[in-house]
Amino acid sequence: MAQPRAERLMNLHILLLGAKRFIGKDAIRDAIYPEHPRGAAGDEAFERAFERDKDALRQIGAVIEVGSADAFFDDEIGYRIPTEQTSLPEIRFESDEAAVLGLAAQVWQQATLAKATGRALAKLKGQGVEIDPTRLEVVAPAITADEPAFEPLWDAVGKRRQVTFPYQRASETQPTTRKVQPWGLARSSGRWYVVGFDVDRGAERVFRLSRIVGPVRASGKSGAYEVPAGTDVRAVARRLSPSYPSVRAEIRVRQGTGVGLRRRAESVTALDDAPGWDLVVVEGPVHEISDEVLTNGADAVVDGPQSLREDVVARLRAVAASAVPAEEAR
Amino acid sequence: MTAQAGDTAPDQVARLLALVPYLLAHGEVRLDDAAAHFGTDADQIERDLRLLFMTGVSPGLPGDLIEVDLEALEGDRIIRVDNADYLARPVRFSPAEATSLVVALRTMVEAAPSEAREVIARTLTKLEEAAGQDGEGLLRLHVAPTRLETSAVVPVLESALAHGHQVEITYHVPSRDQESRRVVDPRGLARVEDLVYLDAWCHTAQGDRAFRVDRILAATELDTPVADPGARARDLTGGWFTDAETTTVTLRLAPQARWVVEYYDVTDQRPGPDGTVDVDLEVASEQWIQSLLLRLAPHATILSPPHYARAFTDSARAALRLYEGDHVDS
Repeated sequence: MAQPRAERLMNLHILLLGAKRFIGKDAIRDAIYPEHPRGAAGDEAFERAFERDKDALRQIGAVIEVGSADAFFDDEIGYRIPTEQTSLPEIRFESDEAAVLGLAAQVWQQATLAKATGRALAKLKGQGVEIDPTRLEVVAPAITADEPAFEPLWDAVGKRRQVTFPYQRASETQPTTRKVQPWGLARSSGRWYVVGFDVDRGAERVFRLSRIVGPVRASGKSGAYEVPAGTDVRAVARRLSPSYPSVRAEIRVRQGTGVGLRRRAESVTALDDAPGWDLVVVEGPVHEISDEVLTNGADAVVDGPQSLREDVVARLRAVAASAVPAEEAR
Repeated sequence: MTAQAGDTAPDQVARLLALVPYLLAHGEVRLDDAAAHFGTDADQIERDLRLLFMTGVSPGLPGDLIEVDLEALEGDRIIRVDNADYLARPVRFSPAEATSLVVALRTMVEAAPSEAREVIARTLTKLEEAAGQDGEGLLRLHVAPTRLETSAVVPVLESALAHGHQVEITYHVPSRDQESRRVVDPRGLARVEDLVYLDAWCHTAQGDRAFRVDRILAATELDTPVADPGARARDLTGGWFTDAETTTVTLRLAPQARWVVEYYDVTDQRPGPDGTVDVDLEVASEQWIQSLLLRLAPHATILSPPHYARAFTDSARAALRLYEGDHVDS
């Protein structure tokens, strides 16, 4: 049953919270862990339980300071939880902001992240914030993480623990075991990636979670490495799905065609000088609009900007110029 | 956040450390009000309070235990907590909690319609401040949501599925580049590779149909119940792309077009010259494959059948004429 441990955790938190001096390990043991008798077996059981409990309190948000419990001899380690650092700063939310918070609770479709979000919101509710998402007519995005590797990697990112996993590259026939210090996770184009330091290759690497074909195993201590300052998984994600500067494009589209372009259009106007054609205005990265225009073949023509026109024309020329390789051997 | 099988001791402690500040700030709280405020049930709050009753400053010394008025709790269902002033403030966010909430909001900002963006950004700023600005206090997690993940359609479909209601959908049929409106009995949503499909009985077509959710432009839940509420979703992983007559098309993909292998149902693949890959696809619509090839231009060619290859080059030339002809200003 979880009950006794929850009680012990509460008592440990309360004992350390706001303590003026560091409380020695022995004193903690006497007060909270009477079930572990002195002696080799009991000592080990106590150490294990105490480590786990400190970890649990840290996961809840407590800041546990470690220092010398004795003013004259620094041979006994002591602990305390400073009230100010451990308390949530007072945050005031307008009612529309509180509604946004409620929607945020709906974003994660992954159990661990959903739970963490729920805990964060419960703390705000503890401050008296009234959360009512129905006040806002916005659809929250729904983000999943079905890959089995997500959970252990997220845990390892939080603890800064090194991991190993079998990784199947598309270009190779056999998976290889990779040893990685994970820095962070990023989702792009509906796929999860882990960014980190590949220990064997001695360099930064990005791995796609769906290509991790076996268990992710963490090894060694927590806090085993530092994430290099300035590491930005957002930038890595952007590299994975490059989003070029947006252009505003004017495209002539034959009426009754080009649903894809029309869907994202800012405006659609019938062209007086070209019956049967509409002028469609869309905004987006050049390569994306270029793809969309090409998809429509002779039903769409770029009027401008020139950069987009040139891109489309160059791609069409490359196809038109190529010999038809139809009879080539297979 | 109701009690589940996965409810651990740290979960319960986290809940209590959020609940107590709220109770202390209010003096006296009705059990049901507290449950409503935290979005949980009264039973769980009661269980948590019974744990709280067992804890305190110096475990074992009755005078210093936290006081929970159990008579008032059991009789009038009113919560009174005393002797717990040191728990007056919620614990600060742990890095995982802060990250999951902040990243949920960042994802919402990217996805939100422009009129809702301001309030989300405002909420986000407050949380980022509480969490400690970038880097410090936050783990590295980033999500660039896809259109499907931010789709307003998915929640409508899920709701209709939960209620057993019919849905009216507007569907984009790319092979004909048309929009069609139909009423369907939804049976289930299924993820196949990177795509999500709606399996349904289509009243308009009088048959089983699978709809790609990213091509459903709009969906409205109707009040009408589905005709056969017991109907189960089909196994969507195999066989259902083959119900139309198909042609085997062989493509040669340059590295830039290699994603096709992962995106579409490729029946066979072989390495080609110069880093290319040759793939076979079962194609039901020639128009669809021509559009795909134009979108990939010039990184994919058709090896067979030959008349598809000629048609492709012809359509590229036809499109090119629109730029070279004098009816388009350049």
